[in-house]
Formats: sequence, structure tokens, C-alpha cells
Amino acid sequence: MDNSRLDRIALITKLWPWLFLAALLVFFEVYAQVSAHRSFVLNAYNLQSIGLAAAAPLLLAIGQTFVIITAGIDLSAGFVMGLAAVCVAQFTLFGNGSPWILFLSIPLTVVVCLIPGLVNGVLIAWLRVPAFIGTLGMYGVARGAGFLAAGSGMTVSVDNPGLVWLGAGWTPVLLTAVLLVIMHLLLSKTRFGQYTYAIGGNPQSAARAGINVKRHLLVVYVIAAAFAAVGGIIYTARFAAGAANAGEPMLLDSIAAVVIGGASLFGGTGNVIGTLIGALIIAVIQFGLVFIDVNAFWQFIVVGIVIILSVLIDQYKDRLGGAQ
Amino acid sequence: MSTPILEVRDISIRFGGVEALKNVSLQLMPGEVLALAGDNGAGKSTLIKIISGVYRADQGELLFDGAPLQLRDPQDARVQGIETIYQDLALADNLDVGSNIFLGREPTRRQLGFQVIDRPRMAQVAREVLERLDIVIPERKLSGPVKMLSGGQRQAIAIGRAIYWNARVLIMDEPTAALGVPEQRKVMELIATLKAQGVSVILISHNLHDIFAIADRIVVLRRGEVAGERQVQQTNGDEIVHLMVGDTYVSPDL
Repeated sequence: MDNSRLDRIALITKLWPWLFLAALLVFFEVYAQVSAHRSFVLNAYNLQSIGLAAAAPLLLAIGQTFVIITAGIDLSAGFVMGLAAVCVAQFTLFGNGSPWILFLSIPLTVVVCLIPGLVNGVLIAWLRVPAFIGTLGMYGVARGAGFLAAGSGMTVSVDNPGLVWLGAGWTPVLLTAVLLVIMHLLLSKTRFGQYTYAIGGNPQSAARAGINVKRHLLVVYVIAAAFAAVGGIIYTARFAAGAANAGEPMLLDSIAAVVIGGASLFGGTGNVIGTLIGALIIAVIQFGLVFIDVNAFWQFIVVGIVIILSVLIDQYKDRLGGAQ
Repeated sequence: MSTPILEVRDISIRFGGVEALKNVSLQLMPGEVLALAGDNGAGKSTLIKIISGVYRADQGELLFDGAPLQLRDPQDARVQGIETIYQDLALADNLDVGSNIFLGREPTRRQLGFQVIDRPRMAQVAREVLERLDIVIPERKLSGPVKMLSGGQRQAIAIGRAIYWNARVLIMDEPTAALGVPEQRKVMELIATLKAQGVSVILISHNLHDIFAIADRIVVLRRGEVAGERQVQQTNGDEIVHLMVGDTYVSPDL
């Protein structure tokens, strides 16, 4: 194959998540126009629903992107999110409905949730526990802690005007978007981001180049925990209740978003924008299938196929690169 | 005679009960290629690890340009201008050429009050360094991950990284071991280029052919001691092998 053709194929494999997202939107748009003479995309309710559906898994996925680029994984993120959802509800209840309590309850929740992140980092960077096992242990610990913190019921209801504002309308989506932009810039523009990629590519080389690999990994797992905490806080704000299992279904969606976005579980590749596209693809499939009245269980099948497809395309891309 | 750029004086080091190096001394002159030869376990790797700051000798001293040299870690050695190219090259395979040259020392510029990595500068330096080494890498591969490049090109990037940071002494551990024949030749050319630019090289190699092709002088280690030191013009492969393995070796020519 000549170079220009290889370049074209490489470009398509690189852009395929964008193309796939566009194809999904076109498909649902055409369906909506033909069947009901209305628009799927130009509809504030639909867009907000998709944004809200994408926001929570996306928050987990942003932290997960950093972890996966270092060739790690954070299985505990889902239940750390649940722990945060319960904690912020419990802490906020101390304020008897005053919005000012949030200035205490939210930071306190984040601090509590940084502990599992710190432990993950120490286990993985210093004690050399494989990330899958270390964070699986923390998955159990955070799960138990979340249910214990929730007390007798699984959920803790909380009615606070500040939380209502935080969870209403577009606020969670905008907050997620701001964090997304910050983390994208951190990953793509700074030394911190560069070292994240370098460690994922070859930790030994990174260490020899003078990068403090252990400290960096610790920070990356703490970031993942912090984003899980934000996800939990937003969950509680949206539903006026914290649930210990709030993040359970989000965990695999978040990993899926990162992988669909072009990251390799072997580390060294991936980026925040790709993860955003991945999360949007999942959210559009979930919302769109409900929108066109397909049995909700189909979404699991479709998302599953998309994950497998994205990995296959990724491997093809690598083979293509190797052949050049 | 000029001052050696690097001098090793009476270095000894023990690991448990094993005396890995016994009173080893050698000198490296500016612009010289010194080959370090020896059988497995002779102490070659231990010696270069002392010179590159990984190990600290129990006895003896290092002198750099005539001045005593204290190395606490490899970073110290690098600051002095002693760069080591490991067998595995220590590249981040997923990053581009510029990123590898600057790995751990990325240039930054201010943008909206934040320190951001200066990627255009990194790409520019990558081009300059490769040019200096006379290595041609197509522009489209320059910005791709270095795992797409050939073994020789990757070796050139590792060397380029060292010289960009003003290495005055370059330690190369088996630089041709993993390469095909044309690439081995290219690496030998690179060493010649460095030598012409005044960089001193310590070359560890099992390949006597390479050693005779490029080195000025050969120091042979055997069981932690200097078994001999020869100018390349005044010796031959048989003699070096003899020094490496000791009296048990009988040259087939004799």
C-alpha cells in the first residue's frame, strides 16, 4: 500500500469514534424525522437528557483516562462514587437545610474519598500490587463503607436548596464540561500530562529520565478518586438522595468510554476528548434506543458490540502502524 | 598529554562476599572511543554502573576532567555530562521523537499564565539533533510514536538525546546487540560522528568486529580486574580473547 492510502486509513481509524457518534446522531435524527416529523438533535430536552446521562460516567471516565494511560485501572471508582453520594448526603443533613453547610459537606466528602485513592496509589506504586487486584480490594472496601455510612436503608434522602441548585437542569452538565476542559489541558499541555503518557509507555524509561514514577502514580489514583467523589456529589444533588450503589453501573461504562475513546488498556495512549466522545456514544445509544422505543436491554448489547469493535479497530491501527 | 576527561582510580566494590571489581583503573581521553571487553561476569556492567552513578564504589575514586567526582545518583552523572545509553534504550515507545529527546526535561513556555510544554520547540530540536547525527526520518514519522521506527533510528534517538544534553562522556552498553547488520553499521557510523565531534565514548560490546572497527583502545576485564589494555592498532582479536578468558585459551593459529 502506498503512503497516502495508509495515511487515509490511519486517519479514519483515528477519527472513527467521531464518525460513529455522527452516524448515530444521523440515524436517530432520520428516524425521528421520518416517524414523527420532529428533530432528535435540535431538541433541548433530548440534549439535556443525553448530557445528564453522560455526565456521571464521564466524570468517572476522566479520572479513569489518566489511570488507564499509566497502564492501570481503577475498579474502585464506582463504589467510591457511591461512598461520596452517601457521605455528602449525611454531612449535608447536619446543616438542617442551610445551603451554607455545603461549603463544609462537599469538601469533607472529597477528603474522605481521597483516602481510597491514596491507598490505591500506595498499593500500586510502592507495594507493587497489580492495579486490577489493588483496586478490586478497594472496590470491596468502598462498597462496604458506603453501605455502612448509609445506615439502615441503602439510600439517604437529603433536601437542601444548595444541592437542588447544583443538580438542576444543565448545572451538572456544565460543571462536568468545565472539569473536562481543565483535565484535557492538564493531560495534553503540561509536564504532568506528558509524564502520565511516559509512565504508561515505559515506566522504567520514565524513572531513568528522572520522573518520580511512584509519586506520579499516587497522584493519578487520587485524581481518579476525586472525580469519583464529584460524580457522587452530583448524583446526590440530582436525585436529592445518596445511594451507596450509585456508581455501580457507571464503573464499566466509564472504562468503556475510555476504551471507545481510543485508549489501550496496556497504557500509553488515550486522551480526554476521546473519552468524551466515548461517553457521548454510550449515552446517545442508551437514550436513543429508548427514544425509538427499543427494549432497554438492547442498549447493553449495542454498547458491548461497540466496545469490542473499538478494540478491534485499535488493534488494526497498531498492525497498520507496525507495517509502515 | 592532555587531562583525561574521565579517570577511574583503584575502584573496588563488593556485593556480599563477592568482590565484583578489584582495584580497577582506567583513563578515557577526550574524543576517544574506549572499548570495554570481557566475558560475562567480568565486571563490565558493574564498572559502568559506578561511572553512571547507579552504584557507589567501596574504594577508589572517579575524576572528571581532573577534578574529583562524587556521584549520588544517575542524575548527578547526567548533570556532569556523563550519559548512559542502556541496551533497552530507555525510550518511551508511545511518544514522538521530540518527547523522547526531552523526556523528563521538557521545555515549557507561559500561556495564559500557565506553564505549558513547548511542543514546536521540541519538534524543532528533534530535527536538529537528527540532522547533526545525519539520520533521516521522514517528517510524518517524526511526530508519530517512536515504536514505529527501526532499531537503528531508535538507537539514534537515544544517542541524540544524550548529545543534545551535552554529553561529554557517552557510555553505550551493547548498542548493536539487537540490530540487523545494516543498522549495526549505521550505529558504528554514529559513534564515529560523535568521536569527530569530540565526545568520548565507552563502548561495551561482545562483538570484537565492532570493537576493532571503531575503538581506539581496548580495556579487558577478567573476574573484576583489568586483565590488559591495548591500543587497537597494536593488537588482534586473538590476543583480546586470550586476555578475556585467561591462560586456558589457546589460539587456533598456534
